[in-house]
Amino acid sequence: MNKFVTVCILLLWPMALAADEMKMAVTTSFANSGLAEILLPAIADDLGLNVQLLIVGTGQALKLGEAGDVDAVLVHSRAAEDAFVAAGFGTHRREIMYNDFVIIGPSGDPAGAHMATAATEAFARIAEATAPFVSRGDDSGTHKMELGIWTATGIEPAGDWYRAVGQGMGAALNTAAGMDAYILADRASWLNFGNKAGLGIVFEGDPALFNLYAYIPVNPSRHPHVNSKAAVQLEDWLTGPRAKALIEGYRIEGQQLFRFSAVEK
Amino acid sequence: MNDILTGMIEAVRLILTLDPTLIEISLRSLEVTVSATLIASAIGLPLGAWLAINRFRARRAVIALLNALMGLPPVVVGLLVYVMLSRSGPLGVLGLLFTTKAMIIAQVIIITPIIASISHQAIRELWAAYHDLLISLNTTRWQRIKALLWDGRRALLTASLAGFGRAIGEVGAIMIVGGNIDNATRVLTTAIALETGKGNFALALALGFILIALAIAVNLALHLLSKTERNSLW
Repeated sequence: MNKFVTVCILLLWPMALAADEMKMAVTTSFANSGLAEILLPAIADDLGLNVQLLIVGTGQALKLGEAGDVDAVLVHSRAAEDAFVAAGFGTHRREIMYNDFVIIGPSGDPAGAHMATAATEAFARIAEATAPFVSRGDDSGTHKMELGIWTATGIEPAGDWYRAVGQGMGAALNTAAGMDAYILADRASWLNFGNKAGLGIVFEGDPALFNLYAYIPVNPSRHPHVNSKAAVQLEDWLTGPRAKALIEGYRIEGQQLFRFSAVEK
Repeated sequence: MNDILTGMIEAVRLILTLDPTLIEISLRSLEVTVSATLIASAIGLPLGAWLAINRFRARRAVIALLNALMGLPPVVVGLLVYVMLSRSGPLGVLGLLFTTKAMIIAQVIIITPIIASISHQAIRELWAAYHDLLISLNTTRWQRIKALLWDGRRALLTASLAGFGRAIGEVGAIMIVGGNIDNATRVLTTAIALETGKGNFALALALGFILIALAIAVNLALHLLSKTERNSLW
């Protein structure tokens, strides 16, 4: 019995905590891009700040900010961000960088989406062919972007071919790979995705597919416990030269993923 | 099939190279689940024994409720704990959300009914055998519970291990209340969910095999320490 207690105590030995910490909710697409693994150690080096990431969809990220459960959010859905700041949940919105979305589909491209000249046309072709299409369906930034394109085409996506999975980017890509379906994904998640199966990029390059990431610190007057000092430090760092060099220099398979777009205050 | 093989090879490689991330998340898995199992056992074992020796009006209803709660969906428990611990929730001032403590709380809620139910069943049978003796010795209620818990310790170990088994493989609740934060609340199961999401099936499977091995190791270790299944000490 004594041995048992000793073993338990050893297992429960509390783990030491590091210096200053803050929590930031980020979107799955940002986390899946792998850029976080480059930025976080640099932030820890420069600022002595340990940024803990909560990886969720944009909808949930903003919800976490609203509840005061995180100190800042990094998301990509303009309308939702503006509403968040207007409601006083965040102090302000600061653009950091952008990447782009691509339309992924079976390499045979039965709907002929690659012949489209605009993202809306590519979507219309998929709908017309009633080719299987996987939607995130989780109120994330990517999902909102997808719905925005459908609205622009004037088509109400519904039917057997349109499948909303309600999951993160990776899980949705897994589903699309399993069903040989079309799907809208951000380029970073796609390049980093390990289970491409028979899928490939069928459409890209339309400026309507640009994906802007913005940083919003949670309003300390609403939630006095937030670490707003760290949130300010992080904002300065993310919009500074070191971040710029790291973001612009980040490549997967030789492709640059993000473009830095923060402007000096 | 290929993924399974690569997964196994990857698992062996991670273990042999003592991969620091693997060790960290494995230790955290153990820290959370062992804590939760100890706390849940401290509540569930006496509760099960108490239910076995007491007769009261709502007893049947309480036991039925306990049995039903064994099937609590972890994701619902996670959501409830989340709403309670959120900064805008009633217990928000504690600042426990997205910490290992929150994960332990969620797991305690999930496994206490299991431990209480199984121990109740075991103790009830023991109580039938001990009833006359303990009554004739004029023992207090607490003395009876202690005697039954001690003499039923083998069966109760099984109850605790059943709780441990459910908790170590649980992902729904701890994903929500822990947030799967790298270096802070990431454990084996949430790491598996993450790697699956990234399409890295081999790595996800490797972590899965390690999780299974860990569960077996803990069970074996406890049986060795408590000297069950040996010689005359059946």
